[in-house]
Amino acid sequence: MNFTRRETMAVSGAALVASVLPIKLMASTPDLISGITGGAEASDAGINLTAPEIAENGNTVPISIDAPGAVAITVLAAGNPTPGVAKFNFGAGSGSQSCTTRIRLAGTQDVIAVAEMADGSFSAAHQTVKVTIGGCGG
Amino acid sequence: MAKGVKPRVKVPKTAAAGETVTIKTLISHKMETGRRKDGDGNVIPRSIINRFTCAFNGKNVVDVNMEPAISVNPYFQFEATVPEAGEFVFTWYDDDGSVYEKKKSIKIA
Repeated sequence: MNFTRRETMAVSGAALVASVLPIKLMASTPDLISGITGGAEASDAGINLTAPEIAENGNTVPISIDAPGAVAITVLAAGNPTPGVAKFNFGAGSGSQSCTTRIRLAGTQDVIAVAEMADGSFSAAHQTVKVTIGGCGG
Repeated sequence: MAKGVKPRVKVPKTAAAGETVTIKTLISHKMETGRRKDGDGNVIPRSIINRFTCAFNGKNVVDVNMEPAISVNPYFQFEATVPEAGEFVFTWYDDDGSVYEKKKSIKIA
């Protein structure tokens, strides 16, 4: 079976795409959430994650999290080279369990917030943010 | 010590007893992720602020563990209750061991 030049190009092109794709696969959102909760079920209620739907610049994406009654909130970015973003621990002097900050996102991905409540239960929220220019250098 | 690090904090000057106040903090820091490469292809070593804490009269308000995914010039906005007059102490911990501190006092109106 002889390949023409055009066929050869098509085959090698497809192979190239196939070899690049697995790198882009992200850590899955449920896996990351259960990694924080230690396998416990996380409810959807009781936590509010506010993030833009589209972020033009992945270097500074403003996010706010609000989880009344939480003792700690962990923020994760599923598609970053390292998913961890920050962990907020609230103390006795906090007025509300909420925080606003700015984060880096490497590309379009899910931003996840997991709150640990005072009674030991967990709540989780996630939102997809579209990023036009990634913010992790390289 | 990283160059040009300057903490800035916005706290109201007065509050009613028991009031919840909003606090904004920003610190100038380059937050090098450790993933970028310079012109010669060498990795620029990681240099970030990895922890931020705020305490009021010795009581913890918020304690944040930070990863390289926090943006340049880390900004935080949060709320604190002010039961009595006192002093907020803000502390940032750098990867290189430096500690940056800022204090703000608040009066009861």
